[in-house]
Amino acid sequence: MAQPFVKKDDDLDEEEEYSPFYGIEKGAVLQEARVFHDPQLDARRCSQVITKLLYLLNQGETFTKVEATEVFFAVTKLFQSKDTVLRRMVYLMIKDLSPSADEVIIVTSSLMKDMNSKTDMYRANAIRVLCRITDSTLLTQIERYLKQAIVDKNPVVASAALVSGVHLLQTNSEIVKRWSNEVQEAVQSRAALVQFHALALLHQIRQNDRLAVSKLVTSLTKGSVRSPLAQCLLIRYTSQVIRESSTNTQAGERPFFDYLESCLRHKSEMVVFEAARAITELSGVTSRELTPAITVLQLFLSSSKPVLRFAAIRTLNKIILSSMYGFNEQSRFAKKMVASTHPLAVTNCNIDMESLISDQNRSIATLAITTLLKTGNESSVDRLMKQITNFMSDIADEFKIVVVEAIRSLCLKFPLKYRSMMNFLSNILREEGGFDYKKAIVDSIVILIRDIPDAKEIGLFHLCEFIEDCEFTYLSTQILHFLGNEGPKTSDPSKYIRYIYNRVILENATVRASAVSTLAKFGAMVDSLKPRIFVLLRRCLFDSDDEVRDRATLYLNTLGTDASVGGTDEDVKDFLFGPLDVPLVNLETSLRNYEASDIPFDINLVPKEVKSQPLAEKKAPGKKAIGLGAPPSGPTTVVDAYEKLLSSISEFSSFGKLFKSCSPMELTEPETEYAVNVVKHIFDGHVVFQYNCTNTIPEQLLEKVTVFVDASEAEEFSEVLTKPLRSLPYDSPGQTFVAFEKPEGVPAIGKFSNLLKFVVKEVDPATGEADEEGVEDEYQLEDLEIVAADYMLKVGVSNFKNAWENMDPDNERIDEYGLGVKESLAETVSAVIDIVGMQPCEGTEVVPNNSRSHTCLLSGIFIGNVKVLVRVSFGIDGSKQVAMKLAVRSEDPEISEKIHEIVAEGKSSVKGKWRSGRWIGEMITRSKLVEQLREYQIRSQHKWGALAAFSPKPQMATRRGCLCGSYICFGICLAHTILLCSTLLQTLHDFSGSCIPWNSSSNMP
Amino acid sequence: MPFPVSARDSCPSIKNILLLDSEGKRVAVKYYSDDWPSLSAKLAFEKSVFTKTQKTNARTEAEIVMFDGYIVVYKFIQDLHFFVTGGDDENELILATVLQGFFDAVGLLLRNNVDKRTALENLDLILLCLDEIIDGGIILETEASVIAGKVATHGLDGAASLSEQTISQALATAREHLARSLLK
Repeated sequence: MAQPFVKKDDDLDEEEEYSPFYGIEKGAVLQEARVFHDPQLDARRCSQVITKLLYLLNQGETFTKVEATEVFFAVTKLFQSKDTVLRRMVYLMIKDLSPSADEVIIVTSSLMKDMNSKTDMYRANAIRVLCRITDSTLLTQIERYLKQAIVDKNPVVASAALVSGVHLLQTNSEIVKRWSNEVQEAVQSRAALVQFHALALLHQIRQNDRLAVSKLVTSLTKGSVRSPLAQCLLIRYTSQVIRESSTNTQAGERPFFDYLESCLRHKSEMVVFEAARAITELSGVTSRELTPAITVLQLFLSSSKPVLRFAAIRTLNKIILSSMYGFNEQSRFAKKMVASTHPLAVTNCNIDMESLISDQNRSIATLAITTLLKTGNESSVDRLMKQITNFMSDIADEFKIVVVEAIRSLCLKFPLKYRSMMNFLSNILREEGGFDYKKAIVDSIVILIRDIPDAKEIGLFHLCEFIEDCEFTYLSTQILHFLGNEGPKTSDPSKYIRYIYNRVILENATVRASAVSTLAKFGAMVDSLKPRIFVLLRRCLFDSDDEVRDRATLYLNTLGTDASVGGTDEDVKDFLFGPLDVPLVNLETSLRNYEASDIPFDINLVPKEVKSQPLAEKKAPGKKAIGLGAPPSGPTTVVDAYEKLLSSISEFSSFGKLFKSCSPMELTEPETEYAVNVVKHIFDGHVVFQYNCTNTIPEQLLEKVTVFVDASEAEEFSEVLTKPLRSLPYDSPGQTFVAFEKPEGVPAIGKFSNLLKFVVKEVDPATGEADEEGVEDEYQLEDLEIVAADYMLKVGVSNFKNAWENMDPDNERIDEYGLGVKESLAETVSAVIDIVGMQPCEGTEVVPNNSRSHTCLLSGIFIGNVKVLVRVSFGIDGSKQVAMKLAVRSEDPEISEKIHEIVAEGKSSVKGKWRSGRWIGEMITRSKLVEQLREYQIRSQHKWGALAAFSPKPQMATRRGCLCGSYICFGICLAHTILLCSTLLQTLHDFSGSCIPWNSSSNMP
Repeated sequence: MPFPVSARDSCPSIKNILLLDSEGKRVAVKYYSDDWPSLSAKLAFEKSVFTKTQKTNARTEAEIVMFDGYIVVYKFIQDLHFFVTGGDDENELILATVLQGFFDAVGLLLRNNVDKRTALENLDLILLCLDEIIDGGIILETEASVIAGKVATHGLDGAASLSEQTISQALATAREHLARSLLK
């Protein structure tokens, strides 16, 4: 040893600071590198210098081009030494220097010599180095050696060549693909890791050849794969093959599933987990397939190893997530299956997951909480909330938002628990947090207030408290606006005034202006408060800000007792707070185009036709955390938006109040030339189809777009009017409407076929100008149907028992139905919910696993504003025969009858096929039921199975399509709600800011 | 220069291996992915990994954390912090196996005298060890005794000590297996 590694300093008193590289300097080390040029090489010294160089590089030091070249050339000299340690360091150094192409030439011959040396270590490493720095011309020279190396008997050499092959495939795929025979041979190697590397390379060579991959998987799943890593790879490839083949074979056993299942019993945890994960990600996985995987994950949950616990809980969490949005799924069928089975399967792990809430590892705890929030049942909510409270302060904001969103959906699922959740939300609202977090909380409270009437007062109170100390102007104004709408309708509006007026005293101008508007709303809506509000508003006349003073003046003058400006009291209120009858977008454009002149701006000149409909089109598929089974919020707010849209079209104004708007239904396959979906709007005596069309061809401009509807299969409907879309440019959605008349208040059903008609004009993509001449064309759309469920509005009740008992028992209609053989109760329950289109209450849509009977509570409003409550009990026997007892109470006995008819005819509204044909048997219609019951009594066997056996002409029917639809619709509706709530509030706020001054100037003398 | 890893989605891939000291400073690091293109990006990642894991107790069992779309498994001994990073859809147990292989191999190479000082004094062994575990993001070997064996063969010159090494190595492996089977 020529020189000690360490430059010892005198002040080594701090033992901590001691380091062999203490005080190292690049310049000095580069000087030292001159030893590489010594004729008599000192191997040990040289490797020490290389270590120093590598240390510098590792610390992030960079060499200039000149320095790097100099070092590189010096290092190449070291190939003369026979020292093995030094040679290894030289290899490392060359890799880290990553020499340029012209420098590579220098070492190529040395490396090629090493590649063919007798020392295996040299060979393996030389291959790796050479392949890393080589280019394609050099590669052809060494290809022969690499091919030999792949099948070398030394596993290290073979692995080195194979791994290098994987890297080279990215840049020189043509050459590497020629090696497939050798790689194929290596796959059969007895060395575990050689097999792993060979498998990885072989798959990549063949990845575009489905058949080859399938063959590879078929042969390997039968044989023995040695290393756990290779086994993991094989599992990945197998699930890829399953994924690609599942589209062709819908029925029967899933290919290779046995293999995946057998991997669950592998001795390596890595393989077990990989298999479990693969199974949960299968598209359209059934609960039978899922159960063994979940059992394995459940075992992992109680492992002593954090990594195992984390892996398991994360997979379970993903199952829940994918069940809600169908993330990884490819077919629509798949989504439905996942949605119906997964949450239940995961519920089994609830106890294990609860113990993870207090896990030391925060990532695990957070995942456990969010999973539990989505699977938990009503009884565990209180306990869960308690645990979360202890835990919230420790986690990052982004996790907190996830928790808040999960709680919101949980609350919508279990409305009775609103008190504890509201308290929780208000508590976290008071704690520190960023804007997004606070906004998520406020949004949640607002949604809860809207959907759970009982929660209104307490929620508003929490919001009031929050704005007392809120640093975010946006949130303050949003809340003030909301208070103005909701506050006056509460039992004691006066208690909010203090909070609002405090804002006028304490806040910035923007918030003050909002507070003035809110005060005025209270004054306008609550007569008893008016005089006192006026006192407050008068004080605002002395505000320092123009906007605040303007608003106060406007309100004082218009709402004033003499009512001198506006006409009647109603007119004034409508003018100030009523909805604007022009679309905001159009108003904005008109205002932009308005040039200051003597002619005042006339709002009546603003076009009322909506050019594009951002609300319905902006789907938010990635929008996070929307609770399962929490749909009630969706329809109401979406309906608000549709109502606005429809009321802006004068032709529809005579139709009366909009009863229901269904969620959009696609009429075209995805990625076709024209994307069209339809929204059914139901009125008392009319039905309006709103076709949302998107033109996806940049070279075309469509004009005079209409939908020709053939209603020959819908006898009770007669077309009354068509509203064409004037022009439909590329990628900007537009609507065309068709309206039908139908018998008033009758839930008429029917089938409609649609044909899109239009004039197409060529567009020059360069200039964007359309040709003068157009050609008429048409485009066939899918059929659409009006079904009975369209006449049912999903409206939940918070206390079903009370509501049920308050309903007249004389209007109750009870009947029993045999449903035949079903896969499970859970599927049957959701099918029935879909058929009646009602809102499940109190979380009763979730069927506990393996239960033999279940009662589901449903509520809704039928057309004609008739409240309907349904109690439906299901039973299943050993042979999977399902029977159902349906009790309906409504305000009108005829409607109760009607619900039974809907259920009886339910089969006709459900189209499609069952994958395995299990949904044989059908709902027995009432007329047939009488007959069958008679027979039933004769046999007097009180077995459900007997009843089902009578089902006439067993028919294939399905729940797949409709269930899938409903879950997607839940998701979309909820996403919309959240979007809508925030956008509406925002636009309204923005609007009140921009529009009031204009109002005031045009109205004031 | 690291090879692009993105296209290799179905093969398990490692994004980086970090060996930091108790203040979060580098002892040895190796990046296999382009996710962190600059030195500052790398240092920022190391800093956030370090601060996120600092307070945890990863001395008996490997711990795990997920952030910014990465999964990091880690284990501490003395004043050394070992990290292995993978993408967020990677099998966590594979990452943990790599970490365990690295951790145990370093233990074998430093003769169970694992601390920052010894690690720096034997930095060449540590770097060779990293080189034998992962090649451009692909797992080369996870069995600690094999990794240590490959690195150590070079550290000894004569044939005699070579066989000696193999024996001690075999003993170490046996000890390891025994300890593991007892722990199970």
